[in-house]
Amino acid sequence: MVKVGNYDVPEGLYYSREHEWVKLEGKLARVGATDYAQSKLGDVVYVELPEVGKQVKQATEPKTKEMELGAVESIKAVSAVYSPLSGAVKETNAALQERPELINTSPYNEGWICVLEPSALETELKNLMDAKAYVEFLKKPE
Amino acid sequence: MSYQQARWIEPLIFELSKPGRVGSSLPGKPRGSINVPKELLREKLELPELSEPEVVRHYTRLSQMNYGVDSGFYPLGSCTMKYNPKVCEELAALETASCIHPHQAEETVQGALELMYRLERFLAEIAGVARISLQPSAGAHGEFIAMLLTRAYHKSERDGKRDRVIVPDSAHGTNPASAAMAGYEVVTVPSNARGRVDLEALKAAVSERTAALMLTNPNTLGLFENQIIDIAEVIHDAGGLLFYDGANLNGILGKTRPGDMGFDIVHFNLHKTFATPHGGGGPGAGPIGVQKELEKFLPVPVVEYDRKRKRYYFDYNRPHSIGKIKGFYGNFGVLVKAYAYLLLMGAEGLNEVTEAAVLNANYIMHKLLGVKGYELKFDASGPCKHEVVFSTESLKLETGVTARDVAKRLLDHGIHAPTYYFPPIVPEALMIEPTETEPREELDHFVDVLNTIAQEARSNPEKLRSAPTATAIGKLDEAKASREPILSWGTHRKSAKK
Repeated sequence: MVKVGNYDVPEGLYYSREHEWVKLEGKLARVGATDYAQSKLGDVVYVELPEVGKQVKQATEPKTKEMELGAVESIKAVSAVYSPLSGAVKETNAALQERPELINTSPYNEGWICVLEPSALETELKNLMDAKAYVEFLKKPE
Repeated sequence: MSYQQARWIEPLIFELSKPGRVGSSLPGKPRGSINVPKELLREKLELPELSEPEVVRHYTRLSQMNYGVDSGFYPLGSCTMKYNPKVCEELAALETASCIHPHQAEETVQGALELMYRLERFLAEIAGVARISLQPSAGAHGEFIAMLLTRAYHKSERDGKRDRVIVPDSAHGTNPASAAMAGYEVVTVPSNARGRVDLEALKAAVSERTAALMLTNPNTLGLFENQIIDIAEVIHDAGGLLFYDGANLNGILGKTRPGDMGFDIVHFNLHKTFATPHGGGGPGAGPIGVQKELEKFLPVPVVEYDRKRKRYYFDYNRPHSIGKIKGFYGNFGVLVKAYAYLLLMGAEGLNEVTEAAVLNANYIMHKLLGVKGYELKFDASGPCKHEVVFSTESLKLETGVTARDVAKRLLDHGIHAPTYYFPPIVPEALMIEPTETEPREELDHFVDVLNTIAQEARSNPEKLRSAPTATAIGKLDEAKASREPILSWGTHRKSAKK
């Protein structure tokens, strides 16, 4: 585990510029919001999960709906969850509907958002960061 | 002098209720009968039962716990909480304005129609547009109507495939919501390091699917989009329309006009800039202005003048209109206040409004830049407009105290909090809009208090994290309130039973 300021950045995960993490599980990819993201969001009060089967595209600029994996509502704002990879949604974390605060308390474990079946994993992984690169990304002034 | 809230421990009016107690007795039973369908009839009304003095005291105590522009400084960014001249309220309350009915014959309300006709022309001149509809009842309603007008326009151009609306990442949440309500897909464009729309990203975002760009100028960072002419060109070359969100009109009034910047549709918040108090839950008014080529799509009716008959009248005969969008014709009382305000101020007065609003915001910006713990996240080399967004991120890193803590602590010092955590592109944001109606002493006091709070954050961070403590109600659990909203007496009783 690496730490930047107060934020945890576990090794072995991939990270997007939109502060989503990806954990590869065989041919599938588990996705969630990083510790940095949950800290910036503040207390999460509602999670809108994507529909299982939804086809999503890897997030780039400009952002469109096809890149969204639902949304996270905190006391500050409603923020879209942007997909770190293209593919289909295989499974979503139903526990978040009863306990949205899991995103705050356990961003890398119980607070996962969904599992994707990536469609272009190899090429798209190059657009993501490893823990080391993400730490550098977080250190850069906004 | 700072404001001190009364600390009544005031129960809900339902909790004060005593069975059988009455406020006034009606003379006999009502005559006649009303046919209410059985399924709509309730056995018990469950209204609170109190005497008249009990009701008066209850609400007087509540009002003493309230804070408003009439009590003190209210720098709620993006909301333009300025002092509104009381004379406008008095005029709107005149019998000739408040006791007329929309079903009255047109010849008996010629004065009201004339007022709307003239107000429309004033607003068209201020915005640089051809025609106005005064009907939308609030800002977001106006935005939504703008999106319906956009749809009608593209459809008439046989260009109905345009299904995307572009919104900057600094926009008010109502922009993407209005576009989505009108059936559009929302595309977000990022801001650049100067806090303005990233022109290159905008060029990449437009296509033959672009229906419109929704833009606030000055934007929500209080910065003027000085590339607006280029932005307009990019959107128009792509075949899209440019919509002006009038949230920040207070920053350019009389100085420049959205129409001259290239905007096709313009919206106003009469309840912000034009003398209707804002933030009380309404009523408001969100008129919409359009350029010539969009005029025929405006909602029905529009107010017209028949020169031959020397009569003002409602024109419903508009075959291309998007239709009816509001009962009758808008919130008339708000229109009266706006008309009175414009007559009071005149063109010169409106210029002074903008100058004072912008001067006040820049005064705060420069004074607060000298206070450690408050910084700007975007290029501050130029002036801001009517508001300024500070970040307290460094204070958070240093002391753990958040922008929300700072905002809540301001309440203990007797000042209303600025908007915080908006726009979301600024971490630990404090959005400060002093408005033109504040004197220099008030601005100095505000900056002094923010300085005191930064020092408190260093010496006693725990105290700030538990703020507010001097108010009648202390720190609220905002997350719990959102997760388990209890918004009525009925839900409160049900949840208490559980």
